[in-house]
Amino acid sequence: MSAVDLTQFHKTFFEESLEGLDAMEAALLALGAGSTDSELVHTIFRAAHSIKGGAATFGFTDVAAFTHVAESLLEEVRSERRAVDAELVELLLRSVDALRAMLDRSGRGQPVADAESEALRAELVRLVSGEAAVAVVVAPKAAAVSGWDIGFVALPHLLQTGNDPLRVFRELQQLGRLEVVRAFIVDGAPSQLSALDPTQCYLGWDLRLHGATTRADIDAVFDWLDGDCELAIKPLAEAPAASAAVAAVANEPKPAAPVAPQAQQAIASSETSSIRVGIDKVDALINMMGELVITQSMLSEIGEKFEISQLERLRDGLAHLERTTRELQESVMRIRMLPIGSVFNRFPRLVHDLERKLDKRVKLELHGEGTELDKTVLEKIGDPLVHLVRNAIDHGLESPAQRKAAGKSETGTLKLNAYHEGGNIVVQISDDGAGLNHAAIVAKAQQRGLISVGQELSDAEVAELIFQPGFSTAAKATDLSGRGVGMDVVRRNVRDLGGGVGVRSVSGKGSIFTITLPLTLAIIDGLVTAVGSERYIVPLTSIVESLRLRAEAVRKIAGGGEVFHFRDEYLPIMRLHHAFGCVDAITDIESGIVVVVEEGGRRMGLLVDDLLGQQQAVVKSLEAHYRRVQGISGATILSDGSVALIVDVGGVVRLGRSKAA
Amino acid sequence: MAKILAVDDSASMRGMVAFTLRGAGHEVTEAENGQLALDAARASRHDLVLADVNMPVMDGIAMVRELRALDAYKGVPILMLTTESHTERKMEGKAAGATGWLVKPFDPEQLLATVKRVLG
Repeated sequence: MSAVDLTQFHKTFFEESLEGLDAMEAALLALGAGSTDSELVHTIFRAAHSIKGGAATFGFTDVAAFTHVAESLLEEVRSERRAVDAELVELLLRSVDALRAMLDRSGRGQPVADAESEALRAELVRLVSGEAAVAVVVAPKAAAVSGWDIGFVALPHLLQTGNDPLRVFRELQQLGRLEVVRAFIVDGAPSQLSALDPTQCYLGWDLRLHGATTRADIDAVFDWLDGDCELAIKPLAEAPAASAAVAAVANEPKPAAPVAPQAQQAIASSETSSIRVGIDKVDALINMMGELVITQSMLSEIGEKFEISQLERLRDGLAHLERTTRELQESVMRIRMLPIGSVFNRFPRLVHDLERKLDKRVKLELHGEGTELDKTVLEKIGDPLVHLVRNAIDHGLESPAQRKAAGKSETGTLKLNAYHEGGNIVVQISDDGAGLNHAAIVAKAQQRGLISVGQELSDAEVAELIFQPGFSTAAKATDLSGRGVGMDVVRRNVRDLGGGVGVRSVSGKGSIFTITLPLTLAIIDGLVTAVGSERYIVPLTSIVESLRLRAEAVRKIAGGGEVFHFRDEYLPIMRLHHAFGCVDAITDIESGIVVVVEEGGRRMGLLVDDLLGQQQAVVKSLEAHYRRVQGISGATILSDGSVALIVDVGGVVRLGRSKAA
Repeated sequence: MAKILAVDDSASMRGMVAFTLRGAGHEVTEAENGQLALDAARASRHDLVLADVNMPVMDGIAMVRELRALDAYKGVPILMLTTESHTERKMEGKAAGATGWLVKPFDPEQLLATVKRVLG
């Protein structure tokens, strides 16, 4: 058996195959939506092709057999012998699911093919035209003889393909006794040595190979030279034909990849969760390590011959060590942060399936896929989101007919949005459907005994009812979102992550479900600003623009507030030095800079001294180490080691309003 | 021992090829598509190139064509790692200037035997 243990590559194979299937699915959905981009077909083909190659190499024969059929079908699509229709997309999407399940079972060492995958494979086989002809490889009938005459004339470009006649001779010698009858220079070769191009080959040979060799063996020696030489292969005259059949059987091609039954058991035990990390994060780690090593050598140099005059250098070194260690720690933590896009990516497929199942039309919009979440949070937020998306399509969005009757477009819109706000990560699922049906909710709640008949409830209280355990208003429990295990489970899961979930709804206009997750450690892109001797970071996503105001552009209003005119509206000015009690700050509006921020549709100008630059900031909770401060979402450490506070724009806007009021 | 450039977009295949060759004492450069392979090939000369056919960004066939246009790679053996189902792709590779091919799936022994075959 193999000296190289291939099981070590299984995990990588599973990971890349699952990624390939994700890409395949996304491309299929795009095709299903009517895209005719040929690159999509290539992407799908490539994914199937890679999985097949890997599966065959690593001994997952069932997976290889399945992808082989799928690939044949895709080859027909790629070569435009088959058109893409909804049915084909559906079939291939089911194949993606089947492959995922097969890979999952492979990874757990279970039998890989099941009735479902076999049925699907049979369906694929039926569809692929002439599959049977492709699958059967007919071994050429070879006659064994006592020897062969081989006329071998190299074409001039033979050497340029990286081939070498010497290799041919070497391999022929391994088959039997090789006799060079004649070696010659071909006609047309330059007669002058100076005209000879060393990269061209002008040689030919008449060879005789003695021994009971089959034609197939000789062909195998010359296989790479197809098109690079002229060959004339003839059996020696006195060939005994009797042993032909035996030799042919002996040379039948062997199945190339032996199945490795022990391999499948090995993987099951080594199932550990892994993480794919962007190279930039790893580079940052390595940089930090470099810094650490430099600091260490500097400190040990000081330590070797320490004099009190070097105290200052020692302190510098220690401060540097502290800073680097902290940065290293943060970089390590950052490795756990992954973009929420990996969770969002499963929704196009889900929405596609639900559209078909429920006969609705949905346009899915994804925003903020790059928002990073801790891996643990990310893994656990998937299920609640799936629940909310299913609910939105099942209960929220109306049927095309109902929408039309209500004067809306037949296609409903479902938006998923992730962003940072107020020291939290917010994930919103909004639809433009019918909104919560208050009457139905109240009736149901009364029926369930959650509220008493005649009890007056505010809109918020009614909305709150849907999060009660066991609550379900769907006319019939569909297999999608019904079953009465809905919103209460969602809320519980989110609360387990230290977050919360709420809903706002307008009858006839739609609903917005908002999940708020704590950001124990998140990265934001921020603008570093100076206010006096302090540094404040304003999240880039909240910034509209920055400008310098002239004194006459600012107006005082009753109650001591200030406003300025900005694009047809008056915006309040919040002096950050005033709000946060900074001394030594610029108080003259003309000398400072106003950063216009927006949160929840409300704009405001923040007065700061200066803009210092853009920076990615690792958000640290202020609450955990100090206490909650209104208008501040957290703190971060700047590259020079100083602490900067991160402005909670939503909080500041509210602060400004309450002060103005 | 030889300096070999292994090109495949599949990390598991690339890992297997590189691991096997390194185990046999070769020096291996890995690249995950034709474009990156070209960059690596320009950076230093290799004695042998093993390349997958189907890859994003730049596929194996285009890569062979580009490699052959480099002076340093005029006669360097280039083997395509291809699957049986694509015999016509073999010839396409050949026409682009590939030396030969190794049919997937292959095991480490077959890989080493083929490398030996071409490097002598």
